[in-house]
Amino acid sequence: MYVGKSVKRVDAYDKVTGRAMYTDDLADRKALVAKVVHSTVAHGIVKHVDTAEALTVPGVVKIFTCFDVPEQRFPTAGHPWSTDPHHQDVSDRNLLARHVRFYGDDVAAVVAENEVAAAQAARLVKVEYEKLPFVTDVQEAMADSAPLLHEEFPNNILAHTTMGYGDFDEAIREPGLLKFEGWYDTPIVQHCHIENHVCYAYKENGKIVVVSSTQIPHIVRRVVGQALGIPWGRVRVIKPYIGGGFGNKQDTLYEPLCAFLSQELGGRMVKLDVSREETFVSNRVRHAVRSHITSYVRPDGTFVARKLEAFSNQGAYASHGHGICAKGMSAFTQLYPCKACRGDAYTVFTNLPVAGAMRGYGIPQAMFAGESHVEDIARALGMDSLELRRKNMMPVGFLNAFDHNENYYDSFNQCLAVGMKEIDYEKKLKAYQNQTGDIRRGIGHSIFWYNTAVWPISLESTSCRMVLNQDGSLQVQLGETEIGQGADTAFAQMAADTVGVRLEDVHIISSQDTDITPFGLGSFASRQTYVGGFAIKQTGLLFRERILTYARELTRMPVFNLDIIDGNIIRTTDGRVLLPLSDLATEAIYSLNHSAHITAESTYQVKSNAYSFGCCFAEVEVDIPLCKVKLLKIVNVHDCGTLVNPQLAEAQVHGGMSMAIGYGLSEQLLFDPKTGKTLNDNLLDYKLSTTMDHPDLVARFVENAEPTSAFGTKSLGEPPACPGAPAIRNAVLQATGVAVNRVPLNPHVLFERFKEEGLL
Amino acid sequence: MQTKLIKCTINGKERELMIDVRASLTDALRNDFRLTSVKKGCEVGECGACNVLIDGECFNSCIYLAVWADGKDIRTLESLLGEGGELSDIQQAFVDEAAIQCGFCTPGVIMTAVEILDTKRLYTRDELRKLLSGHLCRCTGYENIINAVEKVMKKRLGLP
Amino acid sequence: MYDMKALYEANSVRHACELLLAHPGAKVIAGGSDVLVQMREGRLAGCELVSIYGLDELRGISLDEDDTLRILPLTSFSHITKHPLINEIIPVLGEAVDMVGGPQVRNIGTIGGNTCNGVTSADSASTLHAWNAVMEITGIGGTRQLSIKEFYVSAGKVALLPGEILTAILIRNADYEGYKGHYIKYAMRNAMDIATTGCSVNVKLTADKKTIEDARIAYGVAGPVPMRAPSAEAAVRGLPANAETAELFGKTALQDVNPRTSWRANREFRLHLCETLAKRALLKAIELSGGEI
Repeated sequence: MYVGKSVKRVDAYDKVTGRAMYTDDLADRKALVAKVVHSTVAHGIVKHVDTAEALTVPGVVKIFTCFDVPEQRFPTAGHPWSTDPHHQDVSDRNLLARHVRFYGDDVAAVVAENEVAAAQAARLVKVEYEKLPFVTDVQEAMADSAPLLHEEFPNNILAHTTMGYGDFDEAIREPGLLKFEGWYDTPIVQHCHIENHVCYAYKENGKIVVVSSTQIPHIVRRVVGQALGIPWGRVRVIKPYIGGGFGNKQDTLYEPLCAFLSQELGGRMVKLDVSREETFVSNRVRHAVRSHITSYVRPDGTFVARKLEAFSNQGAYASHGHGICAKGMSAFTQLYPCKACRGDAYTVFTNLPVAGAMRGYGIPQAMFAGESHVEDIARALGMDSLELRRKNMMPVGFLNAFDHNENYYDSFNQCLAVGMKEIDYEKKLKAYQNQTGDIRRGIGHSIFWYNTAVWPISLESTSCRMVLNQDGSLQVQLGETEIGQGADTAFAQMAADTVGVRLEDVHIISSQDTDITPFGLGSFASRQTYVGGFAIKQTGLLFRERILTYARELTRMPVFNLDIIDGNIIRTTDGRVLLPLSDLATEAIYSLNHSAHITAESTYQVKSNAYSFGCCFAEVEVDIPLCKVKLLKIVNVHDCGTLVNPQLAEAQVHGGMSMAIGYGLSEQLLFDPKTGKTLNDNLLDYKLSTTMDHPDLVARFVENAEPTSAFGTKSLGEPPACPGAPAIRNAVLQATGVAVNRVPLNPHVLFERFKEEGLL
Repeated sequence: MQTKLIKCTINGKERELMIDVRASLTDALRNDFRLTSVKKGCEVGECGACNVLIDGECFNSCIYLAVWADGKDIRTLESLLGEGGELSDIQQAFVDEAAIQCGFCTPGVIMTAVEILDTKRLYTRDELRKLLSGHLCRCTGYENIINAVEKVMKKRLGLP
Repeated sequence: MYDMKALYEANSVRHACELLLAHPGAKVIAGGSDVLVQMREGRLAGCELVSIYGLDELRGISLDEDDTLRILPLTSFSHITKHPLINEIIPVLGEAVDMVGGPQVRNIGTIGGNTCNGVTSADSASTLHAWNAVMEITGIGGTRQLSIKEFYVSAGKVALLPGEILTAILIRNADYEGYKGHYIKYAMRNAMDIATTGCSVNVKLTADKKTIEDARIAYGVAGPVPMRAPSAEAAVRGLPANAETAELFGKTALQDVNPRTSWRANREFRLHLCETLAKRALLKAIELSGGEI
């Protein structure tokens, strides 16, 4: 059995030798180069685009402006399409914008023979705007007087939904309740995958082929079809290795524009290589969410009624939209069940870069607000915050009516116990109480809520294909993509176990090609081992059945007495090896009696979902005069069900923890209040953690096999990014007594807070 | 177009090429020599994905003019592989320690690891962090990368 | 591919000066870690460049006959840090430039480039100010010397005339003998960052190590160019080498500095840093000099 073993990555050799080919490595060097001209106003109407001077640059082939593209609006979110118009994503993008809604919007595209000419010409394109007032604050944008971004959405509200249970007004009438209230802010951050988004397009056999650094090739195919107004079968999308995505590439980015440019230039190959600066501004970012939480609590710490108002800053276009804030609201209402709970979530357009999916999908924001708030309640009550959490957190057996998720195990307590031991919690908690002096230490923690995949919010469909080769090895194909997380390796392990072959005989096809790869939605929602697992299991069993049926012909034994183990056909009654699968495979193909190309392919529609819980402990040292937090130790503990590959799982947790550390301490996109321009659109000014900004990262697991899952697995990709920021914040609170209700806890914020609290 | 003939050693082989003077070394290595392990992540020397060894020292090739390579000895990740496709010890350690995820920062990081290991010195973990700090990685949290480099460093020095 | 109009490669200092005179709009490129970034960003797009990268005669560190430390401008940061003369005479400079960017940047970045771009945040500049560095400048007509204070004219502008390049940075024996220094780079990250504020302090203690004979302090990002804090220096001269003096040092430094508010940090926070860093750097410098707090 391979599931549960730390086998080496199937793509390790190619990646460690530099042979793994990414989009730009594959593009023809002679491809034309496209460069987007971006808006230099935060809000306005393009009156005129003067391309005359730009066109004189030698090497410029053509310039397309917002007046040259069809009025053909399309959605971009990496969601499965819905045939029900009410559930479709908002179609609010054009290939290029005449009404520009943020500083960095796409106004025109230059196509040239080389990158220098493209860049020179792009700088020379003169755009005349009718400037409009703009708004960047999420609550100001909801005011009647605020500038309106999209006519169809009054008060800029893309969506407003509520959620809850119990009679809130009745519940809070209980005598003796204590009321706690807090406002919490999270920043706009960016994914910062090291490979920027890049794509190229050309025409072949009457089709537009787009090779793209994307997480979602089949979805991109649909959106390119919608954007260009061409049948979806006329679009072919190929996804090679990608240098990270983290949700930014779970969106259709520049593929439609690139395809359009190629189409307009007779199908010549056009490459659109996004710069780092454009990645920060003109791709996607994580929603900043402002949360207002009110809790009514008994003096013994029992939560009675809780209320959340959340305001999610969508930026200029809908992209993934309300899903992010709504998911955060789900977490709020479920993590600490009480008598009555109410959630109000608003997603609001502003004149800022477009927010989309990013690792955690609303939960890092919700956990920062919720877990900071719980800590503050504990402090006010003089209670140990861990006890307060234990008293109120989701109990075993909790069943959520909407998605039928059930809390099967005591994961929270188990994870907390592991984390406490790992960080020596009780000893440190005691040691760090009541400190004075310039340099103080503290310890903090946070739990988190997560779930797996997107059912029942939207479709979960996955398909797998297996093809037997003459040597008994097989190809495996899925629509779920390898984006660095190790999905291909996990899939190969699952396929080997299901079919009964050695791992080295499973050839997972890493690249997706929508003309060839069975339909699948791609990689997102921490769903790949869960969702892909169903398709692999179902298809693998079908495939086995076909092999064994053929084996019956060769061995004259009944299928029910046959099995495939380690690549051999075995008689189960006595364990005898009847023949190697390789012999069967060769015979099946070349048999003069019965030639058969043995394959299997099936679709599994997933109609379940699974909770995935855990916690984080952080220990910090705060230098008060320097306003700096040094993270001394950090431990994440996860129950993500069965670990398919413990070593890769641990590695994935490290990456999520690193992102959470950045979220908690340093990362934040900044905007000029006068112009709406992004100020720190580069890796020097955007403070992504370096090797020197981390302590060693400790990842631990509790393994409770998920009952609804084909292989006992549930989500792990995003959860590690969720609890770190509040754990750090709570550790700083213990160290200094200062509650900071916004991330990142960078020196600028700490300086202000320490002054307010009289520490400086 | 202004060009210049340059002669240099690339991965052990003497090479001669007419170079567009506007080219970065990244451009030349990727486009002229098709050494695509040299990645573009920011093109302004902030991420380390394009890192190569020049006369034994690490440089971000994106902010190094290709014409400056004249007379230099340049090594990219492609130079580490044995003739039969055998991995070098540091590459094997990256595989064994699960130090690779998306793989995009990997070539640059490994070349810095080569520079570190070639000093034949023992470094503390904090010193290794500093020596590797010119590389941004969003997948690994650096943890297993540091583990891999530390493991090979100790092994080469005959330490447990 | 860079948007560069033309590249002229100098094969000698004189040739470099001639090229600069012949192409008045051209920018000097030493290591490129600044110029090429600006070219990529578009600020220097379409510019002509005179490359002095190939001038190996401008690399190295040596002692003149009068024991003046001579640092040639194309010496990379990493070579400065590793150089025995630096470690013996002015280790704080090696430590300061070891905080620039990351290892690859320190291999390409040069101390000449770091000072000639006239940027206030340069990690080498505050230490060079604090050690009274002298800048040796060469043009067609010969060589002249300027104090580093005079060298920095205004933000981004240094006192190089057309056709001139920096050919050495000198630190005189009298300015280093008996001094020990400490540099604190305050940044948002521990690597790959520019200083929010940098502070370089050095002291000379009396023989009994109890009194400050001389103290010098210079800041980066406390004003438009790197700057000394003369009031602070004067205030502590002759005072006991203790924590109280360090407090006074930090407070007095505020009379000299004038940081501005930018989106990277506001003035008030930078002022707070100026005071705190001065205090801490002085204490460290005293400790390095053998004093006891």
